[in-house]
Amino acid sequence: MRFLSTRRRNPAAKPLLLLLALVLVGSAYALISPSASSSADSNVSSQVAAGKAIFETNCSSCHGMNGEGTSQAPSLAGVGAASVDFQMGSGRMPMARPEAQAPAKATDFTSEEISQVAAYVASLAPGPEIPSSDQYSTAGLTAEQLARGGELFRTNCSACHNIEGRGGALPNGSYAPSLMKTSGKHIYEAMRTGPQQMPVFAKGTMTDQDVKEIIGYLNTTHAQPSDGGFALGGLGPVSEGLWAWVIGIGACVLVAIWLARKGARSR
Amino acid sequence: MASPTGTAETSPATEPRTPEQTTSKNPVTGTLSWADDRLGLAKVARGGLRKVFPDHWSFLLGEIALYSFVVLLITGVFLTLWFKPSMAEIDYQGSYQLLRGVPMSEAFASTLDISFDVRGGLLVRQIHHWAALLFVAAAMAHMLRVFFTGAFRKPREVNWLIGVGLFMLAMVEGFAGYSLPDDLLSGTGLRFVDGLIRAIPLVGTWLEFFIFNGEFPGTAIVPRLYMVHILLVPAILLGLIAAHLSLVVYHKHTQYPGPGRTERNVVGYPLFPVYMAKAGGFFFVVFGVITLMAAFMQINPVWKYGPYNPSQVTAGSQPDWYMGWLEGAVRIMPNWESHIGHTTWSWNIFFPGVLLMGVLMTSLVAWPFVERWITADNSYHHILDRPRNVPTRTALGVAAMTGYAMFWLSGGNDIIATHFHVSLNAVTYFMRAAVFAAPVIAYHITKRTCISLQRADLQRLEHGSPSGEIVRDPSGRFTEAHAPISRDEAYSLTQQRELPVLEATTGDDGAPVGNGISKRRARLSRWFLGANMAKPTADEIHIEKEAEPSHRAAELDSSESASQPSVEKAGSAH
Amino acid sequence: MSDEADSDKMNDAQIVPSSPGPIPDPGLEPYVERYSDTDPEVGRRVYRQIVTMYGLVPILAVAFVVFYFAIPRDAAVRFGPLHTSAMNLALGGTAGLAILLIGLASIHWAKQVMDDRESVDERHELASSPEDRKAVGQIWRTGAEESRLGRRKMIGLALGSALGALALPALVSLADLGPKPTSKLRAETIERTIWAEGVRLVNDVTFAPVKASDMEIGELVNAQPENLEKLEGAERQVERAKSSIIIVRMDPDSIKIPDSRKDWQVGGILSYSKICTHVGCPISLWEQQTHHLLCPCHQSTFDLGDSGVVVFGPAARALPQLPITVNSEGYLVARSDFTVPVGPSYFERDSRHDFKKGDN
Repeated sequence: MRFLSTRRRNPAAKPLLLLLALVLVGSAYALISPSASSSADSNVSSQVAAGKAIFETNCSSCHGMNGEGTSQAPSLAGVGAASVDFQMGSGRMPMARPEAQAPAKATDFTSEEISQVAAYVASLAPGPEIPSSDQYSTAGLTAEQLARGGELFRTNCSACHNIEGRGGALPNGSYAPSLMKTSGKHIYEAMRTGPQQMPVFAKGTMTDQDVKEIIGYLNTTHAQPSDGGFALGGLGPVSEGLWAWVIGIGACVLVAIWLARKGARSR
Repeated sequence: MASPTGTAETSPATEPRTPEQTTSKNPVTGTLSWADDRLGLAKVARGGLRKVFPDHWSFLLGEIALYSFVVLLITGVFLTLWFKPSMAEIDYQGSYQLLRGVPMSEAFASTLDISFDVRGGLLVRQIHHWAALLFVAAAMAHMLRVFFTGAFRKPREVNWLIGVGLFMLAMVEGFAGYSLPDDLLSGTGLRFVDGLIRAIPLVGTWLEFFIFNGEFPGTAIVPRLYMVHILLVPAILLGLIAAHLSLVVYHKHTQYPGPGRTERNVVGYPLFPVYMAKAGGFFFVVFGVITLMAAFMQINPVWKYGPYNPSQVTAGSQPDWYMGWLEGAVRIMPNWESHIGHTTWSWNIFFPGVLLMGVLMTSLVAWPFVERWITADNSYHHILDRPRNVPTRTALGVAAMTGYAMFWLSGGNDIIATHFHVSLNAVTYFMRAAVFAAPVIAYHITKRTCISLQRADLQRLEHGSPSGEIVRDPSGRFTEAHAPISRDEAYSLTQQRELPVLEATTGDDGAPVGNGISKRRARLSRWFLGANMAKPTADEIHIEKEAEPSHRAAELDSSESASQPSVEKAGSAH
Repeated sequence: MSDEADSDKMNDAQIVPSSPGPIPDPGLEPYVERYSDTDPEVGRRVYRQIVTMYGLVPILAVAFVVFYFAIPRDAAVRFGPLHTSAMNLALGGTAGLAILLIGLASIHWAKQVMDDRESVDERHELASSPEDRKAVGQIWRTGAEESRLGRRKMIGLALGSALGALALPALVSLADLGPKPTSKLRAETIERTIWAEGVRLVNDVTFAPVKASDMEIGELVNAQPENLEKLEGAERQVERAKSSIIIVRMDPDSIKIPDSRKDWQVGGILSYSKICTHVGCPISLWEQQTHHLLCPCHQSTFDLGDSGVVVFGPAARALPQLPITVNSEGYLVARSDFTVPVGPSYFERDSRHDFKKGDN
């Protein structure tokens, strides 16, 4: 080190250093950039190919050989990778049978396979991408932001999904599903892509920050204790009334029966 | 205070002082005589302390309602210490994190404070709400018991009317309380009521502007409902409850048929000490059950609903259960609305929301008088009907209950749809038919069931009860041996009164004569009474041999009962 | 018990025989003692049970006080599926159990220890005796006579009308409960919102203005007029209850747009009142594929692809549509206020101009 420090005022030092820096940056670029892009390119194309294979065996019977849609299912052009990640990741697609609405269930596909199909569908036409975790991560939200998330939730979501996110009824057999176990990523994707009957909440009018606050509110409220005791299904006054009759009147009447019974006699 | 005159020392006026001083040595009698000197309590206590109450669980349904009301008064006072009935807007800065900084009314903020910052506040709030649900539920169960056993008949019609008034007021009181916290559910409920009031033809808008002091929601409604909830309606409820209970005491309680039970007596346990312990204890049981419910079962988590905001709503917005049937009626009503000139007549809201309530109220008020007119029964009734012995009334009651239940279920049509995976629209269409069809079906099933039960009673009287013993007779047939029933049971089974079916009194031209029975009334009478099975005669009844009834009389004499309830005495001694 | 003498006067016409049936009244069942009376061991056990139940109450009361001061307000506990406030559970559990025990012990005492021989009360005559009735009639006539009302009939009439007249001020004094909904006041309140020409459509909650180009097909935005933000408190609530809207974007080819409303929308972006025409719930359950909008309160369903007409449920009128356009910066703005009053019906509402299915 002394060698360098003693010569740092040498007139040749500056040009030499500049040269060294240029060489370093250049070689680093040569080393990293082309190889990265080439591997990504080959990755994407192989992913798309793998995805197409999975698509053809599992999805094409309804969505068409090239995702163009049939009378049974919509076209997938432009739905984007986010949509595939949501629909397959939550087990909604492929559907087990045609019905009013695809229910969420455990999925048989690995995350690798899902991202392959996503890559394939995204290659059909541009659409919403799978979000990165910083788009839906709720780390660092303040209490005020969470409270605002609650306001956004009650304004935009609770009408269908219920005040605690337990779901609700829609016309003709469809329903808004429960959000009790839905991941932040899936909530983000659903809002951006509008799966099935759900409307789209696009970036232009509902910012990533807004979505984060909604997810943060839901996570916090679901993690909270239900302070008053058993939540009784969280269905509100209907179930409360039922329990008032069953437990309240029931218990009091049982005691009343005991109170008024003659009881055992010695003969 | 010795008198200065010498004559006073021998005056008899000083004598009574001595016994008075001796009695005051005993603190209990001392206090009693102090009180009696001023209030004359002994007279009341002598007549009342040993008053007899009959024992039956169904007689305690009304007590559940009464005790829930007492619990409501106690917990309500606690809540008023913190609740602020104001719709002034503030930014919440209390300890519930998820509403930090959200603008809300002081009413809602103070409800949150009661729930999170006042220790035990959440418990008391939940006790209050559970007690309110129980109050209306128990009142309804009590009313059904009174209806099905015919306890509303003469002389208790007035008490039935008071009870109907109590029931209606209880619903108003409950709704007012539901609206006070100004959370999303209460606001949505008020919005509904605003729409309901508006829809009343001719005066709707006027009523709306007067009740809300202008447009919905304004700032007046919560303070006004607060007054209604904690002062106006509770005061009327208290007055009516006092009248209701006084009449129960004056009439003496009804009783079920049974040996020794007659129209002229009441058999049971004395108020002091047995019923004081039983009824007093039952108050604590009701209070304890409600408190445990409040400890373990969450009710109306207002913090989840958030403050009322007219642009927010939640799936599953429902009123408390007792308003659910009206809500259901509103949900399944077809969308009838007339636009006549520049006016709008909202039948879709007025029929189910206002008129239906009127129909329920009117039929409840009118029933005792309608039944009396149909049966022409003008006698006193202290022995209760077994529901099977009045099949038409019982069937009507079950039909009404079924209709009510159908409306109530309609109020949860969205919850039925999601939980049973059926189409919401299909549930609604089904309910539109069910509210008419189900009561009719229930009526016929109940009536047939009642008559079958009467037939079973008859079988029991004539052939005894099946013993479970299979006997083979000489011809090889297997039969079940029947044991004769006891005299007590036979008496209970035949104690009901048989009312004659009215015959139309018509002249030669077929028109009713004077004040006689019209054909329609005779038809109604046949519909109401005609299906009853005739009682068997004494010869047909098969009862077991037992000790002479005189043995019982001796037993009764040895007890401290004041009089004998037997027929002979009641009939002959006076 | 005290009224046996009265039963002499019972009106026999109204009292049916005590036993109208074929079996004569056998009298009360003979009294049989309880085990707690006959078996000293059972008696002692019952005694112990009652004393124990009462005895637990002071312990629970002390526990309540200890919990009240010892448990932090925000502490939570978890027992299996129950995840709840420690304070609520502890206070409610101890208080509830204590209260319940008092009740159970008292009833147990009454059932097992107190004398349980049934006693009999004779019923007294409910109606007054004929003599009483006669006397009251006599008293009434005397009093009426003494009042001289019979001869000075005008007094009675005057009193009646005086009392009746008092009802008038009593009723009138309630007139200030609220303003009179005259047609002028209605036009300023329930028949008007703060929407006006050029008012921007902004997101509810965030008040961010909405650009037409940001809206995707199938998108729903819960929106408010920009000028709502300036209002506060009750005033904001009142306006919010009328001005709330939803903006939806649908494929223009998949919906019916009547000629009269061609310029009320921007490339398939339509805006409707969020206030249900039934009883006024905010309504935003929109199915983007069927274009149906469902009210969560009473399930009225409107077709936003067909000018908001009712397709199901109790609502009778189509959802009012807000005419919108874009301004020079590309933001959505209103072209005017709603053309018909929003929200639930009222008697004076002129509903002849609302959109009906098939209108053009």
